[in-house]
Amino acid sequence: MDLVVNGTEHSVELDPRTTLLDALRDHLGLTGAKKGCDHGQCGACTVLLDGRRVNSCLILTVTLSESEITTIEGVDHPVQEKFLEHDGFQCGYCTPGQICSAVGMLDEAAKGWPSAVGDPELTDAEIRERMSGNLCRCGAYPNMVPAIREAAGR
Amino acid sequence: MKTFTYRTADDVSGGLEPGATFLAGGTNLVDLMKLGVATPDVLVDVTRLGLDQIGDLPGGGLRIGAGVRNSDLAADHRVRRDYPVLSQALLAGASGQLRNMATTAGNLLQRTRCRYFMDATMPCNKHAPGSGCPAREGDHRNLAILGASPSCVATHPSDMAVALAALDAEVRISGPAGERTVPVTELHRLPGDAPERDTVLEHGELITAVDLPPLDLAARSAYRKVRDRASYAFAVGSVAAALQVTDGTVRDVRLAFGAVAHKPWRAHRAEEALRGRPATRESFRAAADAELAAAEPLRDNAFKVTLIRNLVGSVLEGLS
Ligand SMILES: Cc1cc2nc3c(=O)[nH]c(=O)nc-3n(C[C@H](O)[C@H](O)[C@H](O)COP(=O)(O)OP(=O)(O)OC[C@H]3O[C@@H](n4cnc5c(N)ncnc54)[C@H](O)[C@@H]3O)c2cc1C
Ligand code: SF4
Ligand code: FES
Ligand code: FES
Repeated sequence: MDLVVNGTEHSVELDPRTTLLDALRDHLGLTGAKKGCDHGQCGACTVLLDGRRVNSCLILTVTLSESEITTIEGVDHPVQEKFLEHDGFQCGYCTPGQICSAVGMLDEAAKGWPSAVGDPELTDAEIRERMSGNLCRCGAYPNMVPAIREAAGR
Repeated sequence: MKTFTYRTADDVSGGLEPGATFLAGGTNLVDLMKLGVATPDVLVDVTRLGLDQIGDLPGGGLRIGAGVRNSDLAADHRVRRDYPVLSQALLAGASGQLRNMATTAGNLLQRTRCRYFMDATMPCNKHAPGSGCPAREGDHRNLAILGASPSCVATHPSDMAVALAALDAEVRISGPAGERTVPVTELHRLPGDAPERDTVLEHGELITAVDLPPLDLAARSAYRKVRDRASYAFAVGSVAAALQVTDGTVRDVRLAFGAVAHKPWRAHRAEEALRGRPATRESFRAAADAELAAAEPLRDNAFKVTLIRNLVGSVLEGLS
């Protein structure tokens, strides 16, 4: 099947059981997206599918015939600089997922999508809630919040 | 994962060969396939059927396509204005990434998070009928207090379904025997002696949409969920409510409880106990007690009775 990843078309032959995460890592050599839990519980595998953030570990690649996938290797966004500036990581394992998730999240917030917190502005409480699908075992959250806040222009 | 063949569904009339299963966002089904709990021979993808629209119903109300993603539904301005409880319930569930994939029908039909059910190596009457229910004596802290049976004490984990139960939503279904409509409160079964069946759906029946009838009091509605961490966790208990009060008296009310039973639990007894009563904390507590009198908690989940009683009180006070 054909897959468009980071603007490049790839032809791959896959077992139907192959998740998008495994296709990216094992067949396309794009190892930025990480396998933390493989069950939708950690966010380390987050990529953008047609611009929306998703967990690539729960997507069967066969279902994706006309979609554009963006992985951390294809992201070019101010939030990356901000993560460096604020030391938004320790070991870095969760970071590709955090960045992809933040890119998707900032777009959702800009479209006016609500969150469970219900603040009209992208407050720190809003950022924490909206980013809750990404766990960090190093607990680098306190530095990610200002990085994301500044990337949002606040 | 057991191997399978994959195809996309041709049309919205439903129908499935033996061994086949519908696939929507995949966030529950693919997980269960990895765990070896779901073992379909054929996956029939229903995400290209165009069931991804939210439309106005002629007499008022909304028709929500089965394939509308949870995030799009939660953000819809009509839902936020006319049925805030539904938007809040969706936003209380899962994560931003998961809600971008999860669909209306998939969310309704997600399976229990009972740990024995999700472990293919354990006995469990739901995944291996007749093998027993280890949860009754084992880990049941988050399982049912209402409507359970000796063969299964599982809870339905959906937040969205609790809001839909409170809102009198109807599920539109099409299948080999034609089309039918089922109230969302009658979609899920109680376990009885057939816990392997979560719902009244027959093999091959496709959910095409969920209809929300016009409901004035839903404009004042709310969802409140208690869980073991602040976000990204399933409910330990939840309440969906809509309330209409005039001159201090409850004119009308809708109440449903989550994470307490094999189905989203519409609290008809509590509603009856409240209509025409003063909108006070005492009436709210008394109404909750009227519903919870039937509770049969297990060794480690009696706290849910108190939890739900307190939630009913605080949600209704917030709305009055
Ligand atoms: C880590 C994690 C945390 C979560 N937390 C929460 C939470 O807090 N609250 C909550 O409510 N949920 C939570 N969820 C569950 C999530 O909401 C569900 O997985 C999701 O809603 C399922 O939707 P789907 O479209 O992905 O369904 P799928 O996985 O594609 O399908 C689920 C079932 O529905 C059937 N199906 C799908 N569409 C149709 C149709 N049109 N007609 C007939 N049958 C159909 C499938 O055959 C399958 O049996 C969580 C999930 C994960 C992985
Ligand atoms: S409660 Fe139901 S799902 Fe859980 S182990 Fe018992 S039979 Fe299985
Ligand atoms: S690896 Fe996908 S969510 Fe953890
Ligand atoms: S930086 Fe180590 S897991 Fe997040």
